[in-house]
Amino acid sequence: MKFEIETISYLNEDGEIRDGYQKTISDDLLLQAYKIMLQTKRIDERMVTLQRQSIVTFAMPSRGEEASTVVSAAALKPQDWHFYQYREQGAIFMKGFTIQEYCDHMLLNVDDTAKGRQMSNHFGKKELNAVTVSSTLATQIPQAAGCAYAQKLRGEDAVTMCYFAEGAASEGDFHAGLNMAAVTKAPVIFYCRNNHYAISTPSKDQFAGDGIAPRGIGYGMKTYRIDAMDAFAIYDTVQEAREYCAAGNGPVLIEAMAYRIGPHSTADDPSAYRTDDEVAKWEKLCPIERVKKYLIKNNLWSEEQDLEFYNALIEEIEESIAIAKAKPKPGIDSMFNEVYSDIPWNLQEQYDFLKEFTKEESH
Amino acid sequence: MKVMNIIEAVNDALHLEMERNDKVVVFGEDVGGFGGVFRATKGLTDRFGEPRCFNTPIVEQGIIGFAMGLAMNGFKPCPEIQFADYIFPAYDQIVNEVAKSRFRSGNSFTAGMVIRTPYGGGIHGGCYHSQSPEAQFLHTPGIKVVIPSDPYEAKGLLLASLRTDDPILFLEPKRIYRASKCEVPLDDYEIPLGQAQVAREGKDLTLIGWGAQHHQNLEAAKKAEAMGIDVEVLNLRTLNPLDIDTIIASIKKTGKCVVSQEAPKTMGFAAEISALIMEKAFLHLEAPVFRCCGFDTPFANAHEHEYMPDSPRVIKAIKDTYDY
Ligand SMILES: Cc1ncc(C[n+]2csc(CCOP(=O)(O)OP(=O)(O)O)c2C)c(N)n1
Ligand SMILES: [Mg+2]
Repeated sequence: MKFEIETISYLNEDGEIRDGYQKTISDDLLLQAYKIMLQTKRIDERMVTLQRQSIVTFAMPSRGEEASTVVSAAALKPQDWHFYQYREQGAIFMKGFTIQEYCDHMLLNVDDTAKGRQMSNHFGKKELNAVTVSSTLATQIPQAAGCAYAQKLRGEDAVTMCYFAEGAASEGDFHAGLNMAAVTKAPVIFYCRNNHYAISTPSKDQFAGDGIAPRGIGYGMKTYRIDAMDAFAIYDTVQEAREYCAAGNGPVLIEAMAYRIGPHSTADDPSAYRTDDEVAKWEKLCPIERVKKYLIKNNLWSEEQDLEFYNALIEEIEESIAIAKAKPKPGIDSMFNEVYSDIPWNLQEQYDFLKEFTKEESH
Repeated sequence: MKVMNIIEAVNDALHLEMERNDKVVVFGEDVGGFGGVFRATKGLTDRFGEPRCFNTPIVEQGIIGFAMGLAMNGFKPCPEIQFADYIFPAYDQIVNEVAKSRFRSGNSFTAGMVIRTPYGGGIHGGCYHSQSPEAQFLHTPGIKVVIPSDPYEAKGLLLASLRTDDPILFLEPKRIYRASKCEVPLDDYEIPLGQAQVAREGKDLTLIGWGAQHHQNLEAAKKAEAMGIDVEVLNLRTLNPLDIDTIIASIKKTGKCVVSQEAPKTMGFAAEISALIMEKAFLHLEAPVFRCCGFDTPFANAHEHEYMPDSPRVIKAIKDTYDY
């Protein structure tokens, strides 16, 4: 048996909208999201180069999914919480994480919000309700359900956005999280980035059914599938899902269809498992270009403005990288404090030993 | 003979055993056509076909439970967990099911399998690509734990493991996956489980380790020689079953011991070794058994260098224990 869940889509590759479609995103917000998509793409490119130069140790580019992450976040409110998988730098930028904060994190310096403890690309910031990434796949999914339940208990106008991807949806935690959210009617949006690959594994080896969406129906929740290279489909759907959740109707699952155009990470070489032709086909569907064409066609933006903005963006990014490079790495104490709320005797002993040992070694 | 690194040696052993025993089935995340993120299973799908080497969905408890179903039917599954840090979703299947199956079913349903997984720090892996979880499994009766330290051992121990009718956790030291190279016989050979290697003979102090740490220990022993301390270095190879005889014989000779592991100190396997030495060779000891280990903290990426109990720290441990 096969479910055939339709894919919502409004904006095509030429920046044209489907007949009769009325855009709901404001011009200002659309332009802002466009700029953040460009920012995401540019920073991703720079991080890959910096990794080659051994300035950052690891990066996970999000090429192809800039609209999916940025525009979905644009449809949410500041009080909403985000849980990430890792490839959602676009979403945390949209939520207010600055370029400087991102560079400080990627270079694991003293101002990294994760204090240099994790690998790069594991961003997060408490003040933004943006929960720090953990490498272990899918663990955030049941946590997001609990977080949303807390929002419901407090009676807030707030929802939880839970990002993950189609590979992680195979984990037990995915099923645990969706089911718990459904029975507790927690206001959480499960946003599944289906980008067709999990490292080298194509979707056909990941699941035999019609993607992830039918599972939402199985757990009794409202479910959508969207073209996630289409900013308008993303915005309208997430907006609608947010309203539905916030009104107390329970969770929503959105399957966001896109493609991982870049490598899985700087440690990956995709030429070993897929063809350039396949990638080129998706590159033509670029989610950023679509918005640019729409903006220009509708006199909301021009090539000149675009160039001017992009040059300024490049400059800001380079400046932030230079500043991040100049900052020292976190102090050695950051290894021992915050394992617990206090420092037990064994950690104190080990910390004292290391200080002494480092001193001896440097003589 | 051929010079191989650890990945190539593992790959060679898998090819050899899949050829010899058609009951061996290899699977895990990205292990199919691509050959695994470290390429240890490269070429197996091409050579033996999809039914015997395939990609699984990303679900570790599924991978191990699935392996147990195969094992009950006389197959020899060799599942890969992509990183040891990601074995925990399968902890229930391993600890409560795989490890106890033989015992709780009155020897009716056994679960012989080899779970291969890369472990350990030193590759900028931060909290979740660095852990050494051997102690968590050594505390579980019913599962054997094997850790090679070079390509020769990787092949010989993996072949022996694949021919053992017990569940085995086969931890591969990823820090030295490519860096460790040596001559490896192209033929079939086994390194028996439960036999430690005396990697270096000495009379003053016994230094015990396994996996990637063993190389730090060897380096420390070499440097200690220049300071006039003659260190005997034991490379355990198998943590369970443990070669207690080789350990005790060495302690009786040296009277002093340092155990060095990458994992956090508290409740690590070094503590078990230390307790065993006290029970079995107390009157031969001239100094307390010293543990030189990782700190009792999660693995902090920015301070990986300071975290690792690398040779300079091992040398200090040797000196302090020798001078006790
Ligand atoms: C529990 C767990 N198992 C395995 C991994 C290793 N791993 C990291 S990313 C990844 C693929 C994830 O694919 P997907 O969820 O589709 O996300 P995408 O990379 O496509 O954004 C794997 C297997 C992990 N991080 N955590
Ligand atoms: Mg994917």
